[in-house]
Amino acid sequence: MWLNQFLILGALLFCIGVYGVLARRNGVMVLMAIELILNSVNINLIAFGAFNGTPVGQVFALFVIAVAAAEVGVGLAIVLLIYRNRTSIDLDAADLLKG
Amino acid sequence: MVAQNIFFGIIALVMVVAAVRVVTTKNIVHAALYLVIVLAGVAAQFILTGAEFTGVTQILVYIGAVVVLFLFGIMLTRARIGREVDVDNEKRWLAGLVAVILFAVMSFSLVDAFEDAEIDAIGAGAPQLTAEVSDSIFKDYLIPFEAASFLLLAALIGAIVVARRE
Repeated sequence: MWLNQFLILGALLFCIGVYGVLARRNGVMVLMAIELILNSVNINLIAFGAFNGTPVGQVFALFVIAVAAAEVGVGLAIVLLIYRNRTSIDLDAADLLKG
Repeated sequence: MVAQNIFFGIIALVMVVAAVRVVTTKNIVHAALYLVIVLAGVAAQFILTGAEFTGVTQILVYIGAVVVLFLFGIMLTRARIGREVDVDNEKRWLAGLVAVILFAVMSFSLVDAFEDAEIDAIGAGAPQLTAEVSDSIFKDYLIPFEAASFLLLAALIGAIVVARRE
């Protein structure tokens, strides 16, 4: 297996995730696209770990998984709070801080 | 090696199609279910490179916990079950342009940097055993491990404080 086939798969997933973050209006769907981005990073870490023959890539991927789990918990709590205050999770409408 | 490449191609194709559906489908529950396919594909790629412990953790944490959390989020925000009309904003072609340019730049630089470097996942030079992963976590990365557990505790308390009713 080439290293590049994993790296390009990761880059493709990352770009699909970036498109999702930019194009979606629904807060929960934006969080799903962020999950795609974090998973593409994990693919890169695992591929480089296998390439260098060390377990360090796996260790960092496990840390990323833990941080991603924390991020989803807090992110969904924030989306829930936005829904409760505005009865909508349309992120384009949540622009109170805009000047 | 050839069999690994064939399985890589099949899994990668399924993952990319499902990922595109995650960001384009109009049905929010379908988006969560396509996300399951992508996450399972990522776990399969991990196992393909010999990282079996991370693959199993991926299935447990993502498919077992994160997707369930997403489904709860969909339920609590009372999203319509079914097609919705405006889940994308009007500037989505601009987002597509950004993504395509980003992918072009990234893939060019990757091909330029790592032309035909090979991964030897199950050969002699691939000591990726779970025992070595645990040794590495509890020896070299003990303090980051403790920091991660503290972060999880803080996120747990923070999520409860943010989401509870007054």
